[in-house]
Amino acid sequence: MSVRVLRGLSVTVLLALLGACHAVVLKPAGDVALQQRDLVVASTVLMLLIIVPVMVLTAVFAWRYRASNKQATYKPDWHHSTQLELVIWAAPLLIVIALGALTWIGTHTLDPYRKIDRLGAGRPVAKGAETLQVQVVALDWKWLFIYPDYGIATVNELAAPVDTPITFHITASNVMNSFFIPALAGQIYAMPAMETQLNAVINQPGEYEGFSANYSGAGFSNMRFRFHGLSEAEFRHWVQQVKADGGSLQRADYLELARPSEREPVHHYGKVADGLYDAILNLCVDPQQMCVNRMMAIDASKNSGGHADMVMNDMTMDHDTPDHADRHPE
Amino acid sequence: MQDRSDLMNFIFGRLSWDAIPFHEPILLITFIVVALLGGALLGWITWARKWTYLWTEWFTSIDHKKIGVMYMVLGIVMLLRGFSDAIMMRIQQAISFGDSTGYLPPHHYDQIFTAHGVIMIFFVAMPFITGLINYVVPLQIGARDVAFPFLNNFSFWMTTAGAVLVMMSLFVGEFARTGWLAYPPLSGIAYSPDVGVDYYIWSLQIAGVGTLLSGVNLMVTIIKMRAPGMTLMKMPIFTWTALCTNVLIVAAFPVLTAVLVLLSLDRYVGTHFFTNALGGNAMMYVNLIWIWGHPEVYILILPMFGVFSEVVSTFSGKRLFGYASMVYATVVITILSYLVWLHHFFTMGSGASVNSFFGITTMIISIPTGAKMFNWLFTMYRGRIRFELPMLWTMGFMFTFVIGGMTGVLLAVPPADFVLHNSLFLIAHFHNVIIGGVLFGAFAGITFWFPKATGFKLDVFWGRMSFWFWLVGFWVAFMPLYILGLMGVTRRLSHFDDPSLQIWFQIAAFGALLIFFGIVFFIVQLVVSIRRRESLRDLSGDPWNSRTLEWSTSSPPPAYNFAFTPRIHDLDAWWDMKTGGHQRPVEGFKAIHMPKNTAAGFILAMIAMVCGFALIWHVWWLAALSFVGLIGSAIAHTFNYDRDFHIPAAEVARVENERTQQLAQLASVS
Repeated sequence: MSVRVLRGLSVTVLLALLGACHAVVLKPAGDVALQQRDLVVASTVLMLLIIVPVMVLTAVFAWRYRASNKQATYKPDWHHSTQLELVIWAAPLLIVIALGALTWIGTHTLDPYRKIDRLGAGRPVAKGAETLQVQVVALDWKWLFIYPDYGIATVNELAAPVDTPITFHITASNVMNSFFIPALAGQIYAMPAMETQLNAVINQPGEYEGFSANYSGAGFSNMRFRFHGLSEAEFRHWVQQVKADGGSLQRADYLELARPSEREPVHHYGKVADGLYDAILNLCVDPQQMCVNRMMAIDASKNSGGHADMVMNDMTMDHDTPDHADRHPE
Repeated sequence: MQDRSDLMNFIFGRLSWDAIPFHEPILLITFIVVALLGGALLGWITWARKWTYLWTEWFTSIDHKKIGVMYMVLGIVMLLRGFSDAIMMRIQQAISFGDSTGYLPPHHYDQIFTAHGVIMIFFVAMPFITGLINYVVPLQIGARDVAFPFLNNFSFWMTTAGAVLVMMSLFVGEFARTGWLAYPPLSGIAYSPDVGVDYYIWSLQIAGVGTLLSGVNLMVTIIKMRAPGMTLMKMPIFTWTALCTNVLIVAAFPVLTAVLVLLSLDRYVGTHFFTNALGGNAMMYVNLIWIWGHPEVYILILPMFGVFSEVVSTFSGKRLFGYASMVYATVVITILSYLVWLHHFFTMGSGASVNSFFGITTMIISIPTGAKMFNWLFTMYRGRIRFELPMLWTMGFMFTFVIGGMTGVLLAVPPADFVLHNSLFLIAHFHNVIIGGVLFGAFAGITFWFPKATGFKLDVFWGRMSFWFWLVGFWVAFMPLYILGLMGVTRRLSHFDDPSLQIWFQIAAFGALLIFFGIVFFIVQLVVSIRRRESLRDLSGDPWNSRTLEWSTSSPPPAYNFAFTPRIHDLDAWWDMKTGGHQRPVEGFKAIHMPKNTAAGFILAMIAMVCGFALIWHVWWLAALSFVGLIGSAIAHTFNYDRDFHIPAAEVARVENERTQQLAQLASVS
């Protein structure tokens, strides 16, 4: 009936539309995202095994047992059947067992913290292959990328050689964001004073969209960057270019950069202050601030007892009033 | 602000003329329209001399039926506000491409999506479920009222006070710009220094008191006040789902209260629970809010599962298939809903084993839910299905909800969630279950029990129009969001660069327009039905040939519900009475002990609202004064011993005789 027509229509429309649009999640360019896509598809198919019969049965029963159809059997008191109930509970259970197994395996192999072991299907990562390290900082409202192995940094531009494992170390300056390049791999949150990691690889050269997937305030909509998948040679050239562009990211420059701004153009920095990322991660780029890891170390030593007097809390926090700062820790 | 004297600052706190959005044309026009309409309404009430009637018969009423109706009215009014927000977002996203930035700057847009979420969950969906439970449950279990009638009135007014505070933020100050769950650090004082988040906190805290107390109230009602013979396994399925929902409310809402208290402490007195300084951690907030938030979605959907069960069984003319497994499924969902909260933040860096655990527990919930779906299906099997309005909404639900359930399980697979989290696919998913489940359930419930509450049915033509526009509108509005999600588009964006996305947002906006007509036709349906009430009149009290006890009374039921407490012998008590030759008692009436109306609930809630307003604006003297006033009034109310009265036996006899004549008249006609 009309319900059925509607459903048929929506399915057709859906398929037509999916074919027409470039659904990056379904057609990614990195192996991790590709495996995630496969899992999306496999889970959907698995669930359709039960969803489709339910929908068909709903339509069939609704039509067959309509009140005007006096031919259909009417059993007003039939309300229990042990066999049927067994099937009713067992069918979803079986699907969930299959899906659960898929989930357990998929979640562990695609754990963002786990170093990738393949570049693609049947292409294991060579022993001793180098991994590109990138430190990612979400700022209000732009992205800072530091390449510790090259001593360079960029804003709102990320590049990586194809078929090379990448490890992202991700943090944020003040509020939560989410680091997401759909073509490359799933997202992971960027949170202040905490580090998350993402391991991925890009397989096809090209230019991809990256952005923050978690709302972070007024400038959030334009918190986007370009991700370039480059050949090995192009990447080396790109690094040289960044170095040649001059620019230096010292602590003071970072504090300046960290101020809220929108639609920030691409910046290149040929030099980066030593330990900048660790300082950002521990909220102590400003030398007046005590580092979070140091504070936690002090707390830990207090809690373990004994050595509290030896560790002097010798730096002020921005919340400390002079009154507090004078006082020694008990 | 700066040059204000200390005295002015003391008197008005942060409040100044700057707080009134004179410079925002959209808000100003909204305000004028609201003021005109509100003024017209108040004027009409005055002109028709209805104030006393409203005050004595409704506002101060402790009758669960009237409170239930007031909850539904609150839900409908707030639905209009929440939907206005929705259509504004849809229009913004449909036009804000490339050089155009649309008509809403982020400052405004971000408030709108926050308010939309808060209003739809707390002030639309919650009033709808509380309203339905309030109205139906005491009737279904053969009780004369809820366990704590005064508390019921107080709960309603606290919920309303919260809603009023949210509405106030539209014209005095602003609302939060944080998203509906207000994650810190963004919602902390450093990044949201203005009043928005404070409006959020205090409206939810005040409404939360109402929700929690009504949860306690209804739970006790169901456990303690069932008619003799109604054992737990003879309880109507809607009452079962209501019980589970209220257990969830009682267990979950204190967590929300606590986490908002911690956030308030961070904001008001400079603690560091959720900031990054001094060892605070925002992830604690995220965990706590979802430990409330996930059970919350089951709080919303469980009673609607109950509604659908009652409707399917009634309109298939059949006993519910697999009642026992339905009950177990409900209880299993209730328990499991506490073991899945982490699936809302798989992407925050938990390890693979933790993520798998929460992913799999989430999937397990689909087993009892699937069983329910099959139970409805087999209730229809070999039935005689009448496609009246409630059944139409239920069919719409069955086709829509399975898709939402499927995409939900998909999102429970952590690696899939990594690519779909925070995307428009997620938005489409939860609207798929909340509109397809909760809202369709509310409409099924409203059309089903409306004749019970008013004595006449709702108009079928406009009901069908509303249904089809909602159903088609829903799919047209949200199918594009599923697709956009697969294109890697995420939520809460007010501007886009990629022009190829625009068509999808335009289709979605068109869908929202269809839903708009769905809402308009629902209102038309109400108006037309009220005008044509004589031809839609139902004298029998049982217009659908239903099965549960509420249909044994007259429509609307008398204030005392049942002249004699019924005895229950079977699951479908009223069906059992109808088929078992039950004779309605016509004599031997006794005086009935009933609770008395009181203004205390209204007064307490209004003082609480003033206290909230003062706290939001840092008007400390008023906050202190109203808080003392609140405690004082509550204590004073405990000394009010004039709380009950007896409906005289003669009065009961008169009402019951009228009913006897009504039924006799009906019998002679047919």
